[in-house]
Amino acid sequence: MRTARKPLTAAGLLWGVVILTAVLACSILAGLSTGGGEGGLRELLFPAAGDGDGTRQILLQVRLPRVLLAALIGGALTVAGAVFQALLRNPLADPFVLGVSGGASIGSVLAVLAGIGGTGAGMAFGLDGRMLFAFLGALGALILIEKIATVDGSMSVYTLLLTGAIFNAFSGALIYFLQSIASLEQLHDIVFSLMGHVPSTGFGTVAVLAIGILAAVLYLFLQARDYNAMTLGEEGATQLGVDVERVKRRTFVLGSLLTGLAVSVAGLVGFIGLVVPHMLRLVLGPDHRMLIPCSFLGGASFLVLADLLARTVILPGELPVGVITALVGGPFFLYLLRTRRTGHEFR
Amino acid sequence: MSSAEPAGGIQVRNLRFSYGERPVLAGVDLSVRPGEIVGLLGPNGSGKSTLVKVLSGVLRPYEGSATLAGRELKDMATRDVARTLAVVPQEPVFGFSFNALEVVLMGRHPHLAGLAFESESDIAKARTALQRCGALEFAHRPVLELSAGERQRVVAARALAQEPDFLLLDEPSSFMDIRHQVELYDLIRDQSDNEATGVMAVLHDLNIAAEYCDRIYLLKEGRILASGPTAEVFTYANLKATFDTDVYVDVNALTGRMLVVPLSQRRKPR
Repeated sequence: MRTARKPLTAAGLLWGVVILTAVLACSILAGLSTGGGEGGLRELLFPAAGDGDGTRQILLQVRLPRVLLAALIGGALTVAGAVFQALLRNPLADPFVLGVSGGASIGSVLAVLAGIGGTGAGMAFGLDGRMLFAFLGALGALILIEKIATVDGSMSVYTLLLTGAIFNAFSGALIYFLQSIASLEQLHDIVFSLMGHVPSTGFGTVAVLAIGILAAVLYLFLQARDYNAMTLGEEGATQLGVDVERVKRRTFVLGSLLTGLAVSVAGLVGFIGLVVPHMLRLVLGPDHRMLIPCSFLGGASFLVLADLLARTVILPGELPVGVITALVGGPFFLYLLRTRRTGHEFR
Repeated sequence: MSSAEPAGGIQVRNLRFSYGERPVLAGVDLSVRPGEIVGLLGPNGSGKSTLVKVLSGVLRPYEGSATLAGRELKDMATRDVARTLAVVPQEPVFGFSFNALEVVLMGRHPHLAGLAFESESDIAKARTALQRCGALEFAHRPVLELSAGERQRVVAARALAQEPDFLLLDEPSSFMDIRHQVELYDLIRDQSDNEATGVMAVLHDLNIAAEYCDRIYLLKEGRILASGPTAEVFTYANLKATFDTDVYVDVNALTGRMLVVPLSQRRKPR
């Protein structure tokens, strides 16, 4: 028996955010205190007097930026998934499944080939050339996929998913091609950047990413009520006073920005934008005023923990975190595809 | 006629709209006064739904003039239109697991600013609307789990919660059984009489139109063929010209309203 869900209030939102912030804080602490090297929670919180600053230094200088990066990337991809889902009225939309991540990865690889990313001078400013290219690649892919999947003014979800799958195959092939004309050094950069891996970077990259991602998430959050109305279709939303074209435009640009920033740093980390919003909807209900901020916090926690697993599960080696999200997300996608009713909500 | 109309209603003058090259509305004149129910009838593809979409700001741009309570539709923001006019669509669309109460609360959207949450008074309005539409019992059920007829009642409640000056109904009862149809139109009649809401209803059922509408417009190929009080418009000649079908027209002995019965084309002329 379903308990009656009360309409969302500001207090309800606050509770949700507080609880998920606590979850994220615990995830970050766990991420900081576990890893290949020495040092755990005890060293982090209670540095031994005689230790100098060796162990704690490692935790704060090496592990902290990586954990924060994982949080930002996870949050960005999850929010992108949540708003794409709102726009398409479809729980299967995710930057990776739609092919948007594929577009971003093409942009990212092109930036490496053009010598404005990777280990060169671009690194000093926090990978910014690659971020821009990945953003443009993501936006281009999204616009292209929407154009192709729209037939007679409406979008069928199966056309959309198929278009996304084909686009992913195409962008994969294109990247193989680009790899084959890359120099050995560029090739290393490309392979490493695409495999879905949270890199260890400095605080500079973290700061650049944090500003871009948090600003985009905040902006998307501000139109959360419009997303609720958008679940009534574009026509229904217009008749409730929503400027549908503006909401769509902003979602495309900011969703692509989130995807592009994430992919430019971490490569292809798939399915996280699919799994987390769905879980959150089950627990918190579908209201986007709750879903968008909680998707950021929940997605951040999810990727911090997934990265923790990636770092520790085959010690002393390391798994790409994309492997873990795909191992969880792939079956989840199939489960959603099989169990969701395919009637009105998909039209 | 045009200058005599009060500025308060919906005024449509020589309205034209095309989908690309194909003209759908070819110069429509129409008015809806506060407190009256106007029926818009015509065959499939005659432009009825298009007119609803133009008047609710979904389809732009149009040529000619359309004013809502004295303001030209062209100059109104989407949100202003939504504060003035609500639509009960033919085939409502939903997504995710929003329940009926939450969907009706979306009717408050044009009245709220920014990220605002619905107040207690908004929730009270939504519950009243649900109750008036006989939908309170499934307030907490996800709309996607409701039957088509139940969903239409939820959508009607959402339109009431929007507190509009005008209601546009596009075949709102196509999936309802006869009892719920009567309940819905009685409710619309109450709303129109008590709140002076101006109603334009796209209807297929000629007898429902005869029972509830003050005036009728017959639309064919984007043009108004006939308009006026129901008793004057519902003639054999008008209906035959509009629908290309033979009907039997009489006066309902019980109500004094018009009675229209469709006749099989296979029936031999007598």
